[in-house]
Amino acid sequence: MAYEAVPGVIETREAYGETTLVVDPARLVEACIHLRDVEGFSFLSDLSPADYLGWGSVGVAGYIGTAAGRDLHAPGSQGLARVPDPKPKRFSVSYHLLRLGDEPRRVRVQVWLDDGEDVDSVVPVWPTADWHEREAFDMFGIHFRGHPNLVRILMEDDWEGHPLRKDYPIGGEPVRFSGEE
Amino acid sequence: MATVEHARGRRIYEGTRIPSPIPTILQVDPAQHDLDDILTVNFGPNHPSTHGVLRLIVDLDGEHIAGIAAVIGYLHTGFEKTMEQKTWWKCMTYPERIDYVSYTYNGLVFALAVEKLLGIEVPRKATWMRMCMGELNRLHSHLIWLGTSALEIGAISMLWYAFREREKVCEIAEMVGGTRMHTRYFQAGGLAEDIPPGFFDVARSFCGQMAKGVDDYEAILNSNKIWLERTVGIGLLSAADAIALGQSGPVARASGIDWDLRRNMPYLAYDEVDFDVPVYHGGDVYDRYKVHMDEMRQSVGIIVQCLERLERMEGEPWIADDRKVVLPPRHELHTSMESLIHHFKIVTEGYTVPEGEVYVTVESPRGELGCYVVSDGGPKPWRVKFRAPSFVALEATATCMTDAAVADLIAVVGSLDGVMGEVDR
Repeated sequence: MAYEAVPGVIETREAYGETTLVVDPARLVEACIHLRDVEGFSFLSDLSPADYLGWGSVGVAGYIGTAAGRDLHAPGSQGLARVPDPKPKRFSVSYHLLRLGDEPRRVRVQVWLDDGEDVDSVVPVWPTADWHEREAFDMFGIHFRGHPNLVRILMEDDWEGHPLRKDYPIGGEPVRFSGEE
Repeated sequence: MATVEHARGRRIYEGTRIPSPIPTILQVDPAQHDLDDILTVNFGPNHPSTHGVLRLIVDLDGEHIAGIAAVIGYLHTGFEKTMEQKTWWKCMTYPERIDYVSYTYNGLVFALAVEKLLGIEVPRKATWMRMCMGELNRLHSHLIWLGTSALEIGAISMLWYAFREREKVCEIAEMVGGTRMHTRYFQAGGLAEDIPPGFFDVARSFCGQMAKGVDDYEAILNSNKIWLERTVGIGLLSAADAIALGQSGPVARASGIDWDLRRNMPYLAYDEVDFDVPVYHGGDVYDRYKVHMDEMRQSVGIIVQCLERLERMEGEPWIADDRKVVLPPRHELHTSMESLIHHFKIVTEGYTVPEGEVYVTVESPRGELGCYVVSDGGPKPWRVKFRAPSFVALEATATCMTDAAVADLIAVVGSLDGVMGEVDR
């Protein structure tokens, strides 16, 4: 199936039997409305952000190495067999759409963002995106323009940082003592 | 949007009820309620009827709910972050603990995602056993739903009847995988162990008991006046609103959406078994109950068909023969150096999974359960994201609660069947 008519498509990828449409973030809502109304993707299954900070630079060991060189302190065969393909920007947001009905089909719409870049909210297109976008904001700090209520959903309101970012520290949190001011 | 006329003369509302401008919070409408009369009540998070730790902030106008906001995250345990730190092999343990009631499906969807990236072929015995254990788990999940939801709205005896059968499912799980829940029975490539001796007899006798059990439950509830009063016409959700809110599974099928991934987009071997997809059009708590009951009957039918097929697969392999991914048989470790090395490498370093991203979905007892996995080609997942049907179901709470009384709150939240472990992940 061809998606040439979808506005704002930069690239169409086929991998593992799945179709990915990489869309210009500025035209995301336009593309989503087209997919919903013309192609019949009325069901937003999931909204999955991912952080690619450090993609292809850590975990590479053994005899391959990366542009940054080989980490001699972490030798062994545990590592990548090849340096993975570079990603265009730091964050991806993938919208997994589903067409219900007689010819069911799935498609992934993907936008790429750098830290601090906003993307338009798709709540007007699929109301179910409301909580998904709040979760993406909570976990990754991605801002969705026009979201009606973009506040944290899983973490506490006064939480600092966005836990699923790759640069979020793991393995402990600052301890506060009772005598502290 | 056309009004849906139900056979029993009930109607679902016209138009949309999704609260606007904030779709998941029902705000008090000053045109309909005197703001001085509003009493704001905190409900939960530690309340026995919230199926975990859901907190609702409810604005009441007398008995009626004028506004509602859900607060979630009390069970947020960071599964997705944790899985990024573990090898693929160790990750298999985690998904089952996300939705602790339908654990099998979470394990299955992750195993299917890893297998899709690996391109590994799963033996047919494993495929059929996965379906069999999956449907048993669907019964387990629906029984817990039935028992607890009925308990909350007054049908206390239902809990004991439902848990009578649920206990048998746990016993079968223990027989097969060694523990009553969270068995880690599904591995990338197939199953952890062969089907144990005596499994078929136990499973067959359970199927007989279960079929009779569902009749018993319906005999208690179907025409019980109190049950009908508490459920019929409560928590309405129209088909269009259900799709817009991403509802799936029993909630969608009770709103008249004829959709089941097992039939519409078959995975495993669901295209080779006969079953019906129950669809009701009332969109209320009662129809959600009816969908659950009919699905239990269908699951028993699927299990019987799986058992017939599995019995003819005696002696076949239950896991793929790929020593780079699958642990070697235990007995070989004492005699084969190669096997010992493979075992050591898989357990300590893990196996690597080719670079790529996949999104795999299965029909869990709560609907569309998805798993988005990104691999950089290394031994650990770069990113794992679960599409939790419970999370999405709770989004519909405010919509379903339009015009509801405070007593209906429990019935509605119960009928949406959210498992908080999965909501918060």
